[in-house]
Amino acid sequence: MTRLPITKTPKVYVGGAFIRSESARTFPIANASGEFFGNIPQCSRKDLRNAVEAAAKAGPGWARRTPYNRGQILYRLGEMLEARASEMADAIALDGSRAAAAREVAAAVDRLIYYAGWADKCEQVLGSVNPVSAPYFNFTVVEPMGIVGVIAPPDAPLLGLVSLVAPAITGGNTVVALASECRPYPAILLGEMLATSDLPGGVVNILTGFRKELMPIFATHAHVRAISAVANAEERKALALGAAESVKRTHFTKAEEGPDWFSDSAQSLYAIRDFLEFKTTWHPIGA
Amino acid sequence: MPAHATMPPIPPEKRKPASRNGRAKGRALEKARGRTAPELIFGDLWEFDPAPESADPKLKARYDLFINGEFTVPKSGKYFESINPANERKLAEIASGSGPDVDRAYVAAERAFATWGRMPGRERGKYLYRVARLLQDRAREFAVAETMDNGKPIRETRDFDVPMCAAHFFYHAGWADKLEYVAPGRRAAPLGVVGQVIPWNFPLLMLAWKLAPALAMGNCAVLKPASNTCITALKLAEIFQDAGLPPGVVNIVTGPGSTGGLIMAHPTAAKIAFTGSTEVGKVIMRSVAGSDKKMTMELGGKAANIVFDDAPLDQAVEGIVNGIFFNQGQVCCAGSRLLVHEPVAGQVVSKLRNRLRVLRVGDPLDKNTDVGAIVSRAQLDTIREYLGIGVREGAEMWQPPCRLPSKGYFLPPTLFTGVTQSHRIAQEEIFGPVLSILTFRTVEEAIEKANNTAYGLSAGVWTDKGSRILKMAAELKAGVVWANTFNKFDPASPFGGYKESGFGREGGRQGLLDYAKLV
Repeated sequence: MTRLPITKTPKVYVGGAFIRSESARTFPIANASGEFFGNIPQCSRKDLRNAVEAAAKAGPGWARRTPYNRGQILYRLGEMLEARASEMADAIALDGSRAAAAREVAAAVDRLIYYAGWADKCEQVLGSVNPVSAPYFNFTVVEPMGIVGVIAPPDAPLLGLVSLVAPAITGGNTVVALASECRPYPAILLGEMLATSDLPGGVVNILTGFRKELMPIFATHAHVRAISAVANAEERKALALGAAESVKRTHFTKAEEGPDWFSDSAQSLYAIRDFLEFKTTWHPIGA
Repeated sequence: MPAHATMPPIPPEKRKPASRNGRAKGRALEKARGRTAPELIFGDLWEFDPAPESADPKLKARYDLFINGEFTVPKSGKYFESINPANERKLAEIASGSGPDVDRAYVAAERAFATWGRMPGRERGKYLYRVARLLQDRAREFAVAETMDNGKPIRETRDFDVPMCAAHFFYHAGWADKLEYVAPGRRAAPLGVVGQVIPWNFPLLMLAWKLAPALAMGNCAVLKPASNTCITALKLAEIFQDAGLPPGVVNIVTGPGSTGGLIMAHPTAAKIAFTGSTEVGKVIMRSVAGSDKKMTMELGGKAANIVFDDAPLDQAVEGIVNGIFFNQGQVCCAGSRLLVHEPVAGQVVSKLRNRLRVLRVGDPLDKNTDVGAIVSRAQLDTIREYLGIGVREGAEMWQPPCRLPSKGYFLPPTLFTGVTQSHRIAQEEIFGPVLSILTFRTVEEAIEKANNTAYGLSAGVWTDKGSRILKMAAELKAGVVWANTFNKFDPASPFGGYKESGFGREGGRQGLLDYAKLV
């Protein structure tokens, strides 16, 4: 008799732990040949709130890490992804071609390495010492905004998610992300790599579930300080309306323009800047 | 606000008829007791001669809209009155712009953008330099006009508002041909037409903060000044004409708040910039939701000014006074919450009271005036309402004895002691000369209390310990931290808030980039 393989229970990565939805809801996904693959947690409003709480708890510690350390942890995440590239490509290839999936994994690794390098440089490029017209020492530093809500695109289930999460955490923010609704499994696998990359628990929290259900909570949760979303016009409007309630920063990638996640223009210092606050300090110069 | 001009001589009441010997003995005694000499309090005992600024503000009886380089009558044909808050007299009539005027302004701006946006930066910069120079030429005239329109002391308009406005144009003029240094790795390009709505607390300066970077980057603008304070914006439009600024590059539409709403939500606006209350900011954000416009929001604040026991207390008291009574406290970044270290709380409050007793409240055009008029009856009523709320919630109110002018919207500088974090006067932006005083024991408590607000615009910290300053600067959730100083501004220094104080920066390289798209 052939050995029956052990299948993995898909769980989302929240607060450094692998959990099912508190709502006990799931939705099934299929593999490339249309057979049952697994049950994905259908996360609820409460799961999102718990994830925000975990992100809030992890925030100060992550922001206080030295930029060099953050860079190394991002690099380590790249190492983990590279080491399990084949497994990840299989996960992406649940829908679509295996070769394209392998390309996507490679691009995602490269994206992480790109941002790893920025961690200890972005402040040097974006900050400044300002020559004010009075005897004061005046300088501008960058600081994270806090918790960034990421709403990943349906396509490029790994690369799209990584392209939004990486710049946010490079700058010292923590993230609550909603994975691709129709292709959630690569995000679940990414959670396992996050857990083994020295990234402190709670810095990145990835939920799976339905956009319609969770996006309004992302928009209005007052502790989410910024939104990074790939969204269509209607979703952008809804997110912006909710964001106004707590003066949330919003950065949208237009879904209808079909962003090219493989392009070099999909990574930028300015994607880090979008989730940074500038803080300017004055001090008198005198004896 | 610089320190009080000159120390007045000792009035007869305070002179002690002691012999030289006796005085020396007294001093020795005081030294022995470890006390410093008592401060001299004059209050109204010492009369200052009036020192009115007499430059001619050259006001017109009526101000029209400034659209496409010309002053034009509003479509409605309606005008409203601009009142001098210091004497409640009418200063001028201001055009009441509405929808059709806003549309006209955007058409003019869009047309102007075709050339302005493509003009070599070197040439664009020259126009901005001209504006700065022409404003400097007419600085005193503008200062007087600003004081009459807004009610703030002439000392502030003369020494701060007008020169700082000119400085903003001069600073940004130099950027116009150096835009390739604004965004390393990308090319910064203008956005198109920007819609801008500014508040009444710094009418000229807020205008410069908005227009100078927008224009330097190659954008054209439709701007609405606050309805209380339109005059200097329209006087500056005269300077735009004198400078030969191409028609349509700047359009100024005056009118009620609803006109501002139309400017913000206009489909032609590629970006909007708003300075005002958080409440209105949220309304604007909702009104443009789904439009994909870029935004800069400079909203309210409730800044903590934190004084540690090792701070140079006399300097700190000057900083506290400057922090909350500059511009009658009508400043979004005002240090409206004083957090004072318990060991020195009594001393600081007593020094503060003494300092307030010698602040001169009154005619804003008098060069000796420290605290001028509140901008409007409505604002005065709002502030007074907060005074009532503070008292009802159990805080103790103190105002120095001072004679206020019989006409005009004046309020004595006000302190509240015994304030707790849950008090509304510790949570809500009052936008007036009202200081809420709280105490703390540890550094952690100070940070916790300072950050316990939905706002995050500015903060102040006073201590002689360098490492503590840097620690506080890192922990305070605010866009501007003033250490051993307060309320300092500069065109090269980015300004803007965290949290519900808004987003985006104004000033510096960082602020300039907020007026660009990256290509």
